[in-house]
Amino acid sequence: MSAARGGSAMRLKGLVRKEFLQIARDPSSIAIAFLMPLFLLVLFGFGVSLDADHLQVALVAEQPTADTADFFSSLEGSHYFAPYRALTMADAEEQMREGKVNAIVHLRADFSAQLRRPDGAAIQLIVNGVDANTARLTQGYVQGVWVNWLARRAKSTGQEMLMPVQVEQRVWYNSEVKSRNFLVPGLVAIIMTLIGTLLTALVMAREWERGTLEALLVTPVTMTEILLGKIIAYFALGTGGMLLSVALAVWLFGVPLRGSFWLLWACASLFLLAALGMGLAISTLARNQFVAGQIAIIGTFLPAFLLSGFIFDIDSMPSMVQFITHFIVARYFVSIVQTLFMAGNVWSVVLPNVLALIIMAIIFLGITWRKSRKRLE
Amino acid sequence: MFTRMMALIYKEFLALFKDPRSRLVLIVPPMIQLLVFGYAATFDLKHVPYALYNEDRGIASSDLIAAFDGAQAFHRVATLHAEEQIAPLVDRRDVLLVIHIGPHFSADLLSGRSAPLQIIVDGRNSNTAMIVLNYVNTIVEQYNTDWIKNHGLQLPPAKLETRAWFNPNLESRWFFVPGIIGMLTLVTTMLVTALTVAREREQGTFDQLLVTPLRPGEILLGKALPGFVIGIVQATLILLIATLWFKVPLLGSLPALYTGLSLFLISGVGAGLLISSLAVTQQQGLLGAFLFMVPAVILSGFATPIANMPRIVQAVTLIDPLRYFLVILRKIFLEGAGFDVLTGLLWPMAVIGAATLTLASWLFRHRMY
Repeated sequence: MSAARGGSAMRLKGLVRKEFLQIARDPSSIAIAFLMPLFLLVLFGFGVSLDADHLQVALVAEQPTADTADFFSSLEGSHYFAPYRALTMADAEEQMREGKVNAIVHLRADFSAQLRRPDGAAIQLIVNGVDANTARLTQGYVQGVWVNWLARRAKSTGQEMLMPVQVEQRVWYNSEVKSRNFLVPGLVAIIMTLIGTLLTALVMAREWERGTLEALLVTPVTMTEILLGKIIAYFALGTGGMLLSVALAVWLFGVPLRGSFWLLWACASLFLLAALGMGLAISTLARNQFVAGQIAIIGTFLPAFLLSGFIFDIDSMPSMVQFITHFIVARYFVSIVQTLFMAGNVWSVVLPNVLALIIMAIIFLGITWRKSRKRLE
Repeated sequence: MFTRMMALIYKEFLALFKDPRSRLVLIVPPMIQLLVFGYAATFDLKHVPYALYNEDRGIASSDLIAAFDGAQAFHRVATLHAEEQIAPLVDRRDVLLVIHIGPHFSADLLSGRSAPLQIIVDGRNSNTAMIVLNYVNTIVEQYNTDWIKNHGLQLPPAKLETRAWFNPNLESRWFFVPGIIGMLTLVTTMLVTALTVAREREQGTFDQLLVTPLRPGEILLGKALPGFVIGIVQATLILLIATLWFKVPLLGSLPALYTGLSLFLISGVGAGLLISSLAVTQQQGLLGAFLFMVPAVILSGFATPIANMPRIVQAVTLIDPLRYFLVILRKIFLEGAGFDVLTGLLWPMAVIGAATLTLASWLFRHRMY
């Protein structure tokens, strides 16, 4: 076998060709590589946002006066709110129960009178706490309106309003605080996890199931060559999908790419290798398409979505859960993409994550290689 | 006909549970996932690592610092002595927040002027950044109120009093755990249904099934029932974990919850069987499962509110059964809702279920290769 000149290279070429032919015959692989990122990124890039504006708020003044009108008009002037003027508290509460408003601003009948007394008046804010995050945002925005209103009021009466400590906030890397700028790079990582794993999750299992792997093995090709052939073919396909995703992120969604494109490419290739490896490992361990498919459904999307730091902050998780996140390949890539897109080439973030990706790729590909060889006997 | 059906249903269960790995995949992961995800999915931050750069020597700044160090949400990991030290720390993600107190902080405050407090936050995750700022503002707010009181200054003429209904401490876990129940149930239905018909098509056994006296409706029932039964059993176990382990209050009506669950399972099973009957190979079935499952989760309002989406995308979410089920779960768990408020959420799932199941059974005979 080894006598043939350039035999290995030629066999490998043949195997890669065979994989590409198979890919072309069943268009679902091409759909996974190109249609899926296009469809998902466009849908999510436009659809997913954590920036709340036009929050539905009911405004109730038990005794409308010039003061209550003044405060409400500041709320109505803010683009964060879509206020609804309720006549009674009962009406506002009904709206809240039906889910039509998420908060109520309530001014009692003595609001104007209390405003002129030393103790001051109370502005009552009731938020629907079910969605705690939106509730907190609402509270923050109302607070902002309240502070501005106080300042404006003090100015018009010629007094100076004193806020002893004034917070001057600066948000680095994302000064407009646009959630799309961090969600889109994160989505690229999630979608690439799916592409990488889905492309290969069934391929080894399919060959085992149909007996074509045994057929291949009676020819001079070795198991290593078969695996390499698959990796090369699907790596090429996955790279296409990756480039498409990055292009969409930068040109369609205008996410700034502050780091180097080539570094991103290199990291993405490593990540792709790890993800393809995960798919191959699932495929080899399951040896049956149905079970491999089930493992892919359970093991890829939700863990990558919830445990990668894409939305939920890993540092705030309990240490046991933080430990588990180390086994999620997407975790390392999410950290790399968020940094490369928004902060730039920060080597101290990139290098440890790259190292982790290399280790993950070696583990997954190693499992595949060993298990495939063992099964021959 | 009844015995015929029973035999078919028996066969479908057997096909699912025969393979020990498949058995394992169906039962163990959802439990573990609820435990892990239940802890992972929260927007409440703990031990936010921060750095302090204090140029002030006065008592006023040390009080403020004590307030930050005393807060459970913050954890000081570095104390800086020069401005140049800030950037590398934030770049490396060693800290999420830098608090910078200028040299005249105490002097300004004592002479009755406003003192600026500079806050730098890492915006790579803008949501986390917003939450951190919110925490900082709460602490500063409290500090200001105390300062005004202790120095006999004039209080502002109006104060803001906030109350939260249904979730007084604004625990975001109460929001996410019911959501995870919905997501895991969806994943299970996909697991059981999305590959079944495709597998039989690939192996040729589906043709054999079609030449038996069984009608497409009966085959459909045989394929749908396992998903439904497994879904109910699993959701019950998950519900127990959510209430007993995570202590999320379950205030509303259980019959309403199970009605919602049944309709959701029917629509999920319907979608899964539709994908499966469209697919010719299991690879296509798997792709279809993901093309349905991923948008269904991300557009369901699980983590990002539907109200923040543009109108067109909001319209797309109307065909997402998970969207309705999540609202039902949260309303029943936290708001104590019953059938009266939920009818508007129940019938869309019934419609989705009926449409997908009808289409799937029609495809059984009409999509042949």
